[in-house]
Amino acid sequence: MTPSAQTAVDLQDVTMRFGNYVALDQVALRIQEGEFVAIVGPTGCGKSTLLNIMAGLLSPSAGRVYIFGQALQGLNRQAGYLFQQDALLPWKTATDNVGAGLLFRGMSLSQSRERARVWLEKVGLQGFEQHYPHQLSGGMKKRVSLAQTLILNPRLLLMDEPFSALDIQTRQLMENELLRLWQEEAKSVCFITHDLEEAIALADRVIVFSAGPAAHPIGDFPIPLARPRDVAEVRLTETFLEIYREIWSILRGEVLKSYAR
Amino acid sequence: MPARHPVRLYQIGLLIVALSAWESLVSLGVVDEFFFPRPSAILLRVVDWLIKGEVYRHLTITLTETLLAFVLGTGLGIGMGFWLGLVPLARVVLDPYIKAFNAIPRIILAPIFTLWFGLGILSKVVLGTTLVFFLAFFNTYEGIREVNPMVLANARMLGAEWHHLLRHVYLPSAAGWILSSLRTSIGFAVVGAVVGEFLGAAAGIGYLIAQAEGVFDSTGVFAGMGLLVFFVLILDMVVSQVEQRLLVWRPAPLMEEQA
Repeated sequence: MTPSAQTAVDLQDVTMRFGNYVALDQVALRIQEGEFVAIVGPTGCGKSTLLNIMAGLLSPSAGRVYIFGQALQGLNRQAGYLFQQDALLPWKTATDNVGAGLLFRGMSLSQSRERARVWLEKVGLQGFEQHYPHQLSGGMKKRVSLAQTLILNPRLLLMDEPFSALDIQTRQLMENELLRLWQEEAKSVCFITHDLEEAIALADRVIVFSAGPAAHPIGDFPIPLARPRDVAEVRLTETFLEIYREIWSILRGEVLKSYAR
Repeated sequence: MPARHPVRLYQIGLLIVALSAWESLVSLGVVDEFFFPRPSAILLRVVDWLIKGEVYRHLTITLTETLLAFVLGTGLGIGMGFWLGLVPLARVVLDPYIKAFNAIPRIILAPIFTLWFGLGILSKVVLGTTLVFFLAFFNTYEGIREVNPMVLANARMLGAEWHHLLRHVYLPSAAGWILSSLRTSIGFAVVGAVVGEFLGAAAGIGYLIAQAEGVFDSTGVFAGMGLLVFFVLILDMVVSQVEQRLLVWRPAPLMEEQA
């Protein structure tokens, strides 16, 4: 298989072992440039491990990883990563958190702050520039994280259940915001979640993973819902429900398996 | 909390009550003045010293020793803490040695240091430094190890190079630990200086106290202690000011909100 530059992520036979435990077993997966892919699976199916491999934070025990046609070595410099837990720098203000990546890339402090303020406004946080993370609510912190990642304009966005800790209203708000920002400059997205509804509402394609150990993709579903979407409204359409039933019939078995363990 | 209670007033009140009780117990003859000199007598002695002026030389020497020991000890401790915290090989190799040195009650080394480094300032600085070093070292080391791996991974994904991580992740993360050790370190540095002087010196507050003790002048001993306490409190205040300035990003403890 020749990796093409139009493929944002190309995983070939990726296996991940931790000691004797096989987390991922021969995973093959492709994400096209500009495509929004959601990965769903029961908890503990190695979804985060998969994302860490794409990010270059972990290197797989076996298999090959290509990012935009290039074999991945070390950290993935093309990717932005939105973590599940709070990963902001607690000793930096919202502005300096958002500007941190620019600072690391050699921009001057004043310039990075200027750009950061623009992004804070984009995610609706004007007036909170000087707040420290502990002074912000969960949703606000997520917005800061989103701005912190997107300000660097990554071609690939890796998201690890980024909204799972938020209440349902804030969550839908953030999801719509993500879709809006994503549509402005089509990036490739790999969005991990255990929430099937969220996956269908957001993605172009939903990939279902089997329960661990030795997790691997067991289903690949295109989502033919029209864009732009409103995540709250799209859930009520007939097509959505049909897709949901179809994917759930497969996912359900895996969820039960993961409970049985 | 501070708004509702005049804490400073309480503190001064407590001091006055304690000192008056002490003073009156001595006046009533309940405790022997020879062993427990009157607070007023101690105060008069301190004033007398300050007027005569000879005490300034002793004070300067003790404070110099304290500050040198503090700066050297924390500097070396923080440096070593970073090194062992960040370089696993150094950690594994040096770990038993650190533990062994830490197990030595370092005050015992005071006579040895006097032997090695003489009666001058150096032996006291070395003693104070060894006391301060381990405190700063263990706190820094712990601070480095406690860095949130998620924050670290995030900074790396944002493109942080090694020196960025040091400056923007490790240092601020360890700062809380380091700063909280500094206040205890000041006390240890003073102990190093005074114990060193006490055992063998030609000047310093410890020397002054030893002299007074030699002639059973308990007023002199207490006066020396009082003077020392005063200056340590000032140093402590300076350190906590620095601490507050540097840790603005921390959430306030919940206790204060409830009170």
